[in-house]
Amino acid sequence: MISLAGRDILHSWGKFVFTGVGLGLLIGVTLTMAGVYRGMVDDAKVLLDNSGADLWVVQQDTLGPYAEPSSLYDDVYRTIRGMPGVDRAANITYLTMQVRQGERDVRAMVVGVVPGGPGEPGQPGYLIAGRQITHSHYEAVADVATGFKLGERIQIRRNHYAVVGLTRRMVSSGGDPMVFIPLKDAQEAQFLKDNDAIAQQRRRTAANPAFNRPGTPGLLDAVLASQSINPYINAVLVQVKPGFIPEEVAKPIRRWKRLQVYTRVQMEEILIGKLIATAAKQIGMFLVILAIVSAAIVAFIIYTLTLGKIREIAVLKLIGTRNRTIAGMIMQQALGLGLIGFVVGKISATFWAPIFPKYVLLEPGDALLGFAGVFVICALASVLAIRAALKVDPAEAIGG
Amino acid sequence: MHEKGIRIEGLRKRYGKGDTALDALKGVDMQVAPGEVVGLIGPSGSGKSTLLKCLGAVIEPTAGRMTLGEEVIYDDGWKIPDLRALRRDKIGFVFQAPYLIPFLDVIDNVALLPMLAGHPNAESRKRALELLEALDVAHRAKAMPSQLSGGEQQRVSIARALVNRPPVILADEPTAPLDSERALAVIRILNQMARQYETAIIVVTHDEKIIPTFKRIYHIRDGKTQEEAGEGRAFE
Ligand SMILES: Nc1ncnc2c1ncn2[C@@H]1O[C@H](COP(=O)(O)OP(=O)(O)O)[C@@H](O)[C@H]1O
Ligand SMILES: [Mg+2]
Repeated sequence: MISLAGRDILHSWGKFVFTGVGLGLLIGVTLTMAGVYRGMVDDAKVLLDNSGADLWVVQQDTLGPYAEPSSLYDDVYRTIRGMPGVDRAANITYLTMQVRQGERDVRAMVVGVVPGGPGEPGQPGYLIAGRQITHSHYEAVADVATGFKLGERIQIRRNHYAVVGLTRRMVSSGGDPMVFIPLKDAQEAQFLKDNDAIAQQRRRTAANPAFNRPGTPGLLDAVLASQSINPYINAVLVQVKPGFIPEEVAKPIRRWKRLQVYTRVQMEEILIGKLIATAAKQIGMFLVILAIVSAAIVAFIIYTLTLGKIREIAVLKLIGTRNRTIAGMIMQQALGLGLIGFVVGKISATFWAPIFPKYVLLEPGDALLGFAGVFVICALASVLAIRAALKVDPAEAIGG
Repeated sequence: MHEKGIRIEGLRKRYGKGDTALDALKGVDMQVAPGEVVGLIGPSGSGKSTLLKCLGAVIEPTAGRMTLGEEVIYDDGWKIPDLRALRRDKIGFVFQAPYLIPFLDVIDNVALLPMLAGHPNAESRKRALELLEALDVAHRAKAMPSQLSGGEQQRVSIARALVNRPPVILADEPTAPLDSERALAVIRILNQMARQYETAIIVVTHDEKIIPTFKRIYHIRDGKTQEEAGEGRAFE
């Protein structure tokens, strides 16, 4: 027996290839959407990996520092360092903002890190060019995705920074590239008021009789000094000593320091389960619609192709072709269309994924799932056409 | 009385039920011997197609008896369990238009029937080629139907009707779209094939050009047949 479906596809290959390519682009979009989600998850994991931390110490009752704002005093890390099982603890700040370079500005996550040796939590793990931050002011290490070059000067709020190092795959959970600057500068960038606001605050403080007491010289100066320092950070990153279980180390910090502490697993749960959950649902919605649209297209095409062959199907039935053979022919054509579509889709997704501004991670597992999905959809979509074909009366071939 | 060929006795067909019932066939008697080509003529709506459909086992008669070859296929009910196989193996169909499968080349259009009956591809194609040779279209074996002339297509469809060597061929206005010369050529071929393969052939027609070629003609009027001698203008 010959393959009727195969012969039909070869005969009207133009129709099949065109429809297949159209379907393929749609499948490509579907695979890309899945890749966007995987990319977001991967970005979140990379963010956690690259922070080099085992524990995140944040403000009580917050999901900080990535999912919610969190602020701590910047001397907390000292006492944490003294807790059992803690190897290293470092202050860190995160602030997503526009970073300017010359005429343009780039959306970036500005990370304030304590200048220090390699392996210090919060430090960019590896550099592709230049060096780490060594001075405590006005140096920056940028992710290459920012487009900044070594030696360029960038502006964060009022201060300028020299780019001394470049790193890669250091992104926020939103996919924005990171720019690392010294902690002190970052604290200023995050908490510093503008000059007018400072002047105004000074005036208001000076006008307040509670602070400006003639009988207590120096009080006003002390108050003003305390107002102009910025002793806040967003989180303390903690590395646990070898042999200690992070959760066991976290417990006493939670209890005695009255701070929230998250382990790596909990942090991942916050990022993936909460921070990108809505985005994931959004993408899921897209996937559902794309699947329905693909199914509708396949169903429509196969149905139209089948209706165009009603006479031939009547003849085939009259000369003794089994219903099963005819149904098989239609089903195989739908699957053939799906196959062309999948190949085109996979190729186009692979081709355009790197051009996307955010990371698109095409996982082979998703492709495999997509492949199975396409086949199921095509099989279901052919049901309508098969029903139409099975209803054809062989008597129609004889005419009236 | 022939033992083989087609025999129809008292065949009735009623469409619908109750008030709207319509008796399309009211007791048709007909008999065609192997090797014989008979004409079935009658005005429009007289029941020609209905008779072919009953014989072709695509609609069920209401009563009567039909014998194909040595087999009683209908006797107040189907006597054959697998009508699909009956159509495939025992009946050849030739239609007004060739109705070739557009996505199969000429040889596979013909070879499809033996293939459907379970014969290997090579053997099926060999049988198909024999018939294409007999019908003088073997040189177009690898062409697609759309590349053939109307006459060539009709010859391919005759080859398809014959390839499983059925005892019976039913032709429904096979010359309608053809000019006089080609129409006569088709009838000549049908006569030749009828003799060569011992096939009983019924040709439904109202084509004036070919009516004089039949030796016997069945007139169908108001659901009943009437046998007449034709002119039987020979081709020799
Ligand atoms: N499927 C059907 N249902 C009801 N009546 C039918 C059907 N097919 C044919 N008829 C009627 O049966 C009669 C014979 O029709 P048909 O066999 O097609 O005649 P012919 O082929 O000689 O023109 C006509 O009156 C026609 O209207
Ligand atoms: Mg008719």
